[in-house]
Amino acid sequence: MATIAAPTHAGTAAASENTGIWSWISTVDHKRIGTMYLWTALFFFLVGGLEATLIRTQLMRPNMGFVSAETYNQLFTMHGTTMVFLAVMPLSAAFFNYLIPLQIGARDVAFPRLNAFSYWVYLLGGIFITVPILFQIAPDGGWFGYAPLTTTQFSAGPNIDFWVIGLQILGVSSLAAAFNFITTIINMRAPGMTLMRLPMFTWMSFVVQFLLVLAFPPITVALVFLLFDRFFGTTFYAIAAGADPLLWQHLFWVFGHPEVYILILPAFGLVSEVLPTFSKKPLFGYNVMVYSGIMIGFLGFGVWAHHMFAVGMGAIADSIFSTMTMLIAIPTGVKIFNWIATMWAGEIRFTVPMKFAIALIAMFTIGGISGVMHSSAPADLQQTDTYFVVAHFHYVLFGGSIMGIFAGIYHYYPKMTGRFMHEGLGNVHFWLNLIGMNLTFFPMHFSGLLGMPRRVYQYDAGQGWDTFNLMSTYGTYLLVVATAVFAWNFIRSRSTGAVAGNDPWGAATLEWSIPSPPPEYNFAQIPEVTSRYPLWDLKDPAKTAGIEHSHADAMTITDAHAVPVHEETERHTARELGIPMPFPTAKPLFTAVGMVVMFSGLTFLRYDMFAVAMTVTIGGAAMLIGGLYAWLTAPLE
Amino acid sequence: MTAQTAAAHAQGHAHGHDAHDAHEHHHYTTTGLDNRKVAVWTFIGSECMLFASLISTYLIYKGKSVIGPFPHTEWTDPAGKVYKAILDIPVTSASTFVLLMSSFAMVLALQAVQLKGKPLAPTAGWWERLQRSSQFWLLATALLGTVFLGFQSYEFTSFVHEGLTIKTNLFGSTFFTLTGFHGAHVTVGVLWLMSLLWIDRSRGLAGKNDELLVDICALYWHFVDVVWIAIFTLIYLIK
Repeated sequence: MATIAAPTHAGTAAASENTGIWSWISTVDHKRIGTMYLWTALFFFLVGGLEATLIRTQLMRPNMGFVSAETYNQLFTMHGTTMVFLAVMPLSAAFFNYLIPLQIGARDVAFPRLNAFSYWVYLLGGIFITVPILFQIAPDGGWFGYAPLTTTQFSAGPNIDFWVIGLQILGVSSLAAAFNFITTIINMRAPGMTLMRLPMFTWMSFVVQFLLVLAFPPITVALVFLLFDRFFGTTFYAIAAGADPLLWQHLFWVFGHPEVYILILPAFGLVSEVLPTFSKKPLFGYNVMVYSGIMIGFLGFGVWAHHMFAVGMGAIADSIFSTMTMLIAIPTGVKIFNWIATMWAGEIRFTVPMKFAIALIAMFTIGGISGVMHSSAPADLQQTDTYFVVAHFHYVLFGGSIMGIFAGIYHYYPKMTGRFMHEGLGNVHFWLNLIGMNLTFFPMHFSGLLGMPRRVYQYDAGQGWDTFNLMSTYGTYLLVVATAVFAWNFIRSRSTGAVAGNDPWGAATLEWSIPSPPPEYNFAQIPEVTSRYPLWDLKDPAKTAGIEHSHADAMTITDAHAVPVHEETERHTARELGIPMPFPTAKPLFTAVGMVVMFSGLTFLRYDMFAVAMTVTIGGAAMLIGGLYAWLTAPLE
Repeated sequence: MTAQTAAAHAQGHAHGHDAHDAHEHHHYTTTGLDNRKVAVWTFIGSECMLFASLISTYLIYKGKSVIGPFPHTEWTDPAGKVYKAILDIPVTSASTFVLLMSSFAMVLALQAVQLKGKPLAPTAGWWERLQRSSQFWLLATALLGTVFLGFQSYEFTSFVHEGLTIKTNLFGSTFFTLTGFHGAHVTVGVLWLMSLLWIDRSRGLAGKNDELLVDICALYWHFVDVVWIAIFTLIYLIK
């Protein structure tokens, strides 16, 4: 990009001067990669939503025959897999990409090409795992894929193969991104941006990257075992050979429970940016918010077996995991109270992002309370595998993660596009979403307590479940309307929204000190940060009078060209400013294609097509190695 | 950017997932550490969890195999055929020694690159001269790694001949998967060392950036070594 000297645009011009399709394929700009993550993840969010709508239509009335049992299994499996791995995690990744470098005052992530690689692997892995549903051969073992149910003995078809290989591919994407973001946050901060001055979103993202790095290996190993069992006849999950039927569950939930914090902490970070902005007050108890985030991440590794209270682990294990699970409510509760205290006595503006943020506090609290109920092993025994659990995790995932992500989208849309989303349509979306969500998931508490099991595709009338299921289905239809309003608003506002300046909301952090959308180089001059709220220091010092500050000249910086915090309004090209930018390159894409082809060749192994499998796998591996070689020997900038 | 630094970049990426697009080393970083070094440490953190999961599974399944052969005890099959205890501790002790010596050579390889700029006294003996030869030590490390892999191939083949494959029982599945994963890591390390050696032969490794290239390879190599110490102790030595 540095080589392109196009005329400069002001105001709402695109982030970079070059906008052709090739410029997206070859981009290594964290903002463009973030934008691609956002669009792709929103697309998969619609796919997952469509699957949910079909599920709810089937369950609308007793004994419906809308879809077959086989299709239903594929639908609930792919709904969970899609929402977790292809929608919510990548929506968070969209914000990691877009915001982390801007919030810490960097010009890009530590490894821009690796970043592009992560995105392409995610996209291709998402396609790999999603396309089979069009041919009715999608994974059908649940998003948790319990073995031995998923071994060839019980799942002989190709369905589970797509799931096992697809998740391995997606794991590579998440791990590569996590190494990248940890390095970025540790090493790319602007002068004066100490760890305890990081914006809360970056802090929560930082915790999430560690969770990714430590939680993905166990599921990788579990998937390797399953892959070996299915493809090479090993005995990891073969009960007849003496295997432990709980091995998969332990390995999966050692990953699976940190995973739920991987899904929620970025949303917590986003609302921690939104609430102070629209309350015109610094975040209450910043330090404690950081510590509680770390605490949640830490305890998250010690509670996995609360997903397994019904398997008979014994009283001691149950007690320990119960206690640990109850403990985790403390840091989470601290966060809830701190958000409320942040709003307390603030000058609150009820904008759309603020409404979503407040909705997160309320809805997540409901999910959190039912979560504490699950932490009690005797209560959980009654609730396991009922709709009560479905209600619980949708309150934390939809009411928590999705609400937080919507807050983030409305909040950062002006920064990403230079235009506001329509406030009126945003309000319609918000209220429909809030009502639809509660109408869908609140009745599930009751159908669950009345004994309705999860994952059944039909139920008989007369068990007291009929009305609650009908309500849930109507609620889902309301969510469909809400999402359509959002989609329309999201697409239309790019060209018709009111023009937004650098800092449309009066926010406090560095990303608002530069033009919207930001120029390719982000910061013409790297700011030297002297407090947690650099922009408020600049514009409204009274607001941050109680916050610790350091002097701008407190440290000597070489080669960073750091200057005091300032607003940048002019838009230049990187070349005009003499800022070296990474070259655009499609090599990460090429490498990603090679890796995915290599993995996909394995699927042929189980059908006695050894030659085909080897050809595809070795061909893919050759592409991978060739791509990697070309990538590594080409200069970055 | 010069061809030299471009090739230097190449080395940072010699290992799959932890690819590193290094900014040029004069770039300001918050900690003063190179980005690539920070990334390799996070990668190693992740690898710890990978091997922890593999080793835990081995230990959980220890003694659970319904049929033999077994690692430390004899087994007679229903037909009366006797299978001796599979693990050959003396041979593996030798291969462990070889791998540990490779770490020693790796340390000297890094030292050799670091000593490049320092003048050598005219009276220096053969050892001082050898200490400067990064090519010798890189080759030595790679060779010792290859010898270790040779031991492993011998071990795997002889186990198969004695009736233990990856399909036979829980011991076979967990043992071959765990040690196979470790062997794959050693293989990647050998390839990494060979590409460093190739760069050293083509243009010579010297200077801060090249020291870093050898340094991160050494971090990885020592890590793989440490994992083997855990495997050797837990799988071979403890009965």
